[in-house]
Amino acid sequence: MGDLLLEQLTWGNALIFFLSAVVLLMIVLGFVTYAIYFERKVIGWMQLRIGPNRVGPFGLLQTVADILKLLLKEDTIPRKADRALFILAPVLAYVPAFAVLAVIPYTDSLYFADLNVGLLYYVALSGITTLAIVLGGWASNNKYALLGGMRSAAQMISYEVPLVISIVGVVMLSGSLNLRTIVAEQGNWFWEWNFLPQIIGFVVFVIAAVSELNRTPFDLPEAESELVAGYHVEYSGFRFAFFMLTEYVYVYAIAALTTILFLGGWHAPAPFLDFVPGLLWFMLKFACIVFFLFWLRATFPRVRVDQLMGFGWKVLLPLAILNVFVTAAYIEFFIKR
Amino acid sequence: MIRTEELLLNVGPQHPSTHGVFRIIIKLDGEVITEAIPVMGYLHRGTEKLAENLNYTQIIPYTDRMDYVSAMTNNYVLCHAVETMMGLEVPERAEFLRLIVMELQRVASHLVWWGTYLLDIGAMSPFLYAFRDREIIIDLFNELCGARLTYNYMRVGGVKWDAPEGWMNKVRDFIPYMEKKLDEYNNLVSGNEIFLARIKGVGTYDAQTAIDYGLSGANLRCTGVNWDIRKAEPYSLYNRFEFDVPVGKIGDCHDRYLLRLEEIRQSLRILKQAVEQFPSDGETMGKVPRVIRPPAGEAYVRIESPRGEIGCHIVSKGKSEPYRLKFRRPSFVNLQILPKLLVGETMTNLITILGGIDIVVGEVDC
Repeated sequence: MGDLLLEQLTWGNALIFFLSAVVLLMIVLGFVTYAIYFERKVIGWMQLRIGPNRVGPFGLLQTVADILKLLLKEDTIPRKADRALFILAPVLAYVPAFAVLAVIPYTDSLYFADLNVGLLYYVALSGITTLAIVLGGWASNNKYALLGGMRSAAQMISYEVPLVISIVGVVMLSGSLNLRTIVAEQGNWFWEWNFLPQIIGFVVFVIAAVSELNRTPFDLPEAESELVAGYHVEYSGFRFAFFMLTEYVYVYAIAALTTILFLGGWHAPAPFLDFVPGLLWFMLKFACIVFFLFWLRATFPRVRVDQLMGFGWKVLLPLAILNVFVTAAYIEFFIKR
Repeated sequence: MIRTEELLLNVGPQHPSTHGVFRIIIKLDGEVITEAIPVMGYLHRGTEKLAENLNYTQIIPYTDRMDYVSAMTNNYVLCHAVETMMGLEVPERAEFLRLIVMELQRVASHLVWWGTYLLDIGAMSPFLYAFRDREIIIDLFNELCGARLTYNYMRVGGVKWDAPEGWMNKVRDFIPYMEKKLDEYNNLVSGNEIFLARIKGVGTYDAQTAIDYGLSGANLRCTGVNWDIRKAEPYSLYNRFEFDVPVGKIGDCHDRYLLRLEEIRQSLRILKQAVEQFPSDGETMGKVPRVIRPPAGEAYVRIESPRGEIGCHIVSKGKSEPYRLKFRRPSFVNLQILPKLLVGETMTNLITILGGIDIVVGEVDC
């Protein structure tokens, strides 16, 4: 795929790109379908419930049924809503969520685009989703949605900063923004992966990432007990599904990114375990992070807006900057390329 | 210059966190509330007026539906008022049964509060844990009187049903179970940093304000006022049992939270003693005239419901129906302080404070 991208664009190449994008889309949709099922089951068990078990064997088709229901629902647009923006918002939310997946390498050879500024590309594109959420909140012409949209804008801007700065340490250690190089630079033993040398960066990254995902305990934009549903309160049918889809695709993206940046990507935890294919290791780490994200939801209460902002700016940001300094000093005194 | 204006927001009547059909009109400046006007009455059924055309036994099911989370205490306050007017003796066994169900009800009611409060704050799981344990109490009630929510269990002069065989053992088994679960709750939630940050110092008022507003129950005791009618003016058999009245210091949501959990523990303590002292046999219904006609006059009795002081004022003209029946509902009175507490708080704290007051809309609107 990397070589194809460098070649002259022909119809044949374009077709291959298109087909592989469709394949990726299918994989992502499959992931979302079963991530939702998995989340409901996991939280169900944690809460002494059974979770979905009616549609299909073990409820495996529950999400499919839900999506079908959303497809068949009447698609309402409030009369006083800003029609164009209202329609645009879900699309604008989803497109960057899907586009960021292009740079994620799954194994040494399985990846879509080998961008040398892959990390920057990810961070830049994922910021656009914030815009879509504000847009959705604004265009709905609903007060709860507006409050949710505004909260989300404030939250995502506040947490984007520590998120980006927390990965600077990783970039410094590996000397590259290319995600494949970052994985390759991490050693073969699990203690050589970035999460130990970059422990501060790792913690800040995970917290900021949960906040970026709008998941508990940072699910303020859609705080259901205060804002009813937040920015998507007026959305129904498949437009609503698009917002939900965006959320889960970002779970996919963040889990993949954490695996790549901090958990050694497709490396086995020890060299003698190399006989297991890298893709499996990647998926295993990936699944652990996804589980962690779902686990949080069953455990934590929600933080308050002002506390969220205070925490982001007063704790996470200084920690992330400190991490950059410590890493820089470490490189200067011990490694010195 | 950007023109700014206040945002007028209707919280409720259909809103997930107003605990029923309750509405607050708030004016928001950003996320800060500048004015709050509670609007109530969406669940008004005219219980007091209806009661004027019913005889006293017929009124009891109506009291179930006032505070539907704590129906037993409501039953009791009406029966107690009528008994006081008529000077009726309640057999000891019946009085024990009443006390046991009232304390079980207090535990159940606080469990509902605990679960829903955490749900308001955003934690989903405790809600289900609380309802799991409440379910045991509900099943006990179901066995006793056949209903799970609106019991209609007590009668003037006693109780309708005696405890079935083995029932008291189930209550006895429940006490250590619940004590263990209470520790579990504390481990799970009470020390959670996010939770503490959410409720500490929120909705604070001092003792004088609380008394001025006529607050009662945990809403009053959180300010340090030691006022529990079970202790201050013992009714039923409460003077036979040892228990403490937990009081707070600061008067914020955190104090109210801790108080309610501690009250569960104290209720279990009362239950433990009551189950031990429960008379092995005896009547469950006292000698009551066939038609209940309190003598002409007035009476006001008050008891401690899980939400505070619930009172019943009967004006009788010597007929089988009351001339006027008035309930002092703690949820209604406690709610009066809400507009004062909300000004200057954020939208998020609105939910925290409203949940902390612990209202049941059925009782607010009566």
